Amino acid sequence: MRKLKTLIMATAAASTFATVALAERGSDGNLNVAYWQAVSILNPYLSGGTKDIEASSLILDPLANYRPDGSMEPALATEIPTIENGGVSEDLTSITWKLRDDVVWSDGTPFTAADVVFSANYCLDPEGGCNAASNFADVESVEALDDHTVKINFSVAKPFPYGPFVGATAPVIQEAQFKECMGAKAPECTEANFGPIGTGPFVVDEFRANDVVTYKANENYRDPAQPAFATVTLKGGGDSAATTRSVLETGEFDYAWNVQVEPEVLDQMMAAGKGEIISAFGTSVERLMVQLTNPDPSLGDKRATVEGGPHPFLSDINVRKALSMAIDRDILVEVGYGPNGQVTCNVLPAPEIYASTANDACKTQDVEGAKALLDEAGWLPGPDGVREKDGVRLSILYQTSTNSVRQGTQALIKQMWQEIGVETELRNIDAGVFFGGDQSSPDTFQKFFADIEMYTNNFDGTDPEAYMGNWVCSEIPSPKNQWIGNNMPRFCSEEYDALSAEMGQTASIEKRSALAKKMNDMLMQEYVIIPLIHRGRVSAASNTLGNVVLNPWDSELAFAEEWTRVE
Amino acid sequence: MTDQAATTTLGKPQRSLWGDVLRQFLKHKGGVAGLVIFSFILFAVLFGPYIHTIDPQYLDIRNKNLGPTWKHPMGTDNLGRDGLAQVLSGGRVSLAVGIAAMALSLLLGTLIGILAGFFRKLDGPLMRTTDLFLALPILPLLLVIILLFRDTLRSAFGPEMGIFLLIVFVIGITSWMNTARIVRGEVLAVKEREFVLAARSIGTGSTKTILRHIFPNVLSPVMVSATLGIATAIITESALSFLGLGFPSDFPTWGRLLYDGANFMTLNPARVIWPGLAISLTVLSVNYIGDGIRDALDPRIRGR
Repeated sequence: MRKLKTLIMATAAASTFATVALAERGSDGNLNVAYWQAVSILNPYLSGGTKDIEASSLILDPLANYRPDGSMEPALATEIPTIENGGVSEDLTSITWKLRDDVVWSDGTPFTAADVVFSANYCLDPEGGCNAASNFADVESVEALDDHTVKINFSVAKPFPYGPFVGATAPVIQEAQFKECMGAKAPECTEANFGPIGTGPFVVDEFRANDVVTYKANENYRDPAQPAFATVTLKGGGDSAATTRSVLETGEFDYAWNVQVEPEVLDQMMAAGKGEIISAFGTSVERLMVQLTNPDPSLGDKRATVEGGPHPFLSDINVRKALSMAIDRDILVEVGYGPNGQVTCNVLPAPEIYASTANDACKTQDVEGAKALLDEAGWLPGPDGVREKDGVRLSILYQTSTNSVRQGTQALIKQMWQEIGVETELRNIDAGVFFGGDQSSPDTFQKFFADIEMYTNNFDGTDPEAYMGNWVCSEIPSPKNQWIGNNMPRFCSEEYDALSAEMGQTASIEKRSALAKKMNDMLMQEYVIIPLIHRGRVSAASNTLGNVVLNPWDSELAFAEEWTRVE
Repeated sequence: MTDQAATTTLGKPQRSLWGDVLRQFLKHKGGVAGLVIFSFILFAVLFGPYIHTIDPQYLDIRNKNLGPTWKHPMGTDNLGRDGLAQVLSGGRVSLAVGIAAMALSLLLGTLIGILAGFFRKLDGPLMRTTDLFLALPILPLLLVIILLFRDTLRSAFGPEMGIFLLIVFVIGITSWMNTARIVRGEVLAVKEREFVLAARSIGTGSTKTILRHIFPNVLSPVMVSATLGIATAIITESALSFLGLGFPSDFPTWGRLLYDGANFMTLNPARVIWPGLAISLTVLSVNYIGDGIRDALDPRIRGR
């Protein structure tokens, strides 16, 4: 390894002399990035995996990116359209983007409004499964006013019109390359999907699916001084502890994505002094989803659907409330997350203006209160210490994905629930299966054939409208919609649906924040979602890497063109 | 050789076959050492939890990541669970899985191997079945089996017993092929030997021939497979648990303890040393026992 490193450094030194003519571009040699989930495709419209979206964000640019502080910065556009500068229409039904006229694709052809229009049509094609569909929600049409002006029309008033083409999930792809790949043919265009032509700082050199991507600097990048690195190697695979170790302890890599390691292990890795942990608090919340419908296997096709009837005991709000009260969230943070987690009582913990303070009682554990609540509701301890009522035992099947931190949390919560007389059986499922969305597997988080499940979710950008819309009745996953939907608890309330609809038509930021808080409080006070930990997004960066700031609102690699090598 | 054996038996009292085997086994130092260690491990995991009475699943957060103390001789893990209690209770599961799965795969493998080797007509179909099983991708197969039977078994036998039966079955059903192939080869060779010919010439039936003449002669490879099988079963169980297909995550087994401890190796080496040592000692001692038994059962070595 050391030899290889010397070689790399020698190459880097050599290339410094070779590229003097090109100012600073490519002067810093090779950048080694480790992702513990391997990249399988470089077209973000065809993959829901964060790793795929981030790997392609080095190649493809959207019209604007989110900066690490949550603000928007134009990328391919000249400015961010607002009502004040006339970019957003007064009735909120259209947004007009002015494009930069000096941008060319990495193959040298000019970038025009036609490419933007094409990208929208590519995603909106009804025959193709577009992963960024929620970004393009309510888009009626996209038209090119001239070569460098694009107008997006919405079918309803959009108080937050920055869904399309903002952030790494919805970048602009080249019409010339993808025009044969519309709709059902999209997944078949392997060459384009594995090596898209982009406007970003890097171009694909070699891509081995589910293994390594190597990039080289885009000679036609719009900023002549960027990127500082001549090549990038993005290695996929392994596990989080291994990739983190490769940055912090052995120094083989410069950047490791998504660190999920116990705090004491992390401390020890950091003691080697080769790198540091960078983190930022976005909107990620580790939460428990409570199953409100009956997951009994004997129900067959009606299992875990609204038709199958309510859950035998979790449909009782007292049980749900007691489960939440019994949890000591401070211990969960201390054991599993350390400085990278905070106790939270909200499913919507950030940005600040949307965070409710109405539920903070959950921050302190209340075992006696939980016991009293269950006693009052008629759930009395049976001969084996497990509470029961009318022959129904409080016995919970609790599932999550396989990850040592999560299994630790599971074990802790099991013990806390045991104290109030609730029996728990733990189950962990491989992350690929759990989050995979395979229709044939009973173990996906959408099917939720269990009583409680735990995972983290967040939303891109800073606007919670789409995120809070996850828990309306129509989002309930069921066989009728191929188990696609985000309402895992199967929560359904007319009042909530009305609030969600109202938010879609409200422009004022104060009113939106009040609505979002109200929706959050409703979910919390019904105890259908039990929030545990507000998680920071954590990655590891080598000490020799400069200008790295973790970006919780967009792809972590969205600003990789600014990264440099420092000694 | 026969003369020598005849002369030695003359002056001494009558000796039985199994007496001879035992005597020969006791001469095998490795085998005896293996037996002692294996018995000790077995004894420890069976009776240890009655002496060291800490609940292996109890989390004591204030005492996490401890080194060895009098109360926790093997330290505690990052959730404050007692190391010794976990190793002991994990050993029960791992040994039970290892022995039961080995027995199942051995039974299947030997049966199929002998049938295929002895009966020419069965050879083709049985060996093609073996090839089929060898060609099956194990992981998807496991996924399907677990998907189909997990909930049924769970409701019938409870989560832990249900998974135990499933794992034993899955490991047994996917690891008999090598035994079958080895046994078949050995049977093919033995079947052509003179003593089998002699037995057939005096009219011995197939069942008798197999039990009396063939089986004892293929016992050596079977023993070797058996000892290796336990090791494989213990390791496979841990791999399954790691993928989330095995026992619940708070249910200790040696393999799981090893996997969970790997990240904490530099912080708390005891977490990997003890379960690792337990697995290695078990596998090694079982291997030596197998070696000893093999030698003791071999008439050409015995009595020399």
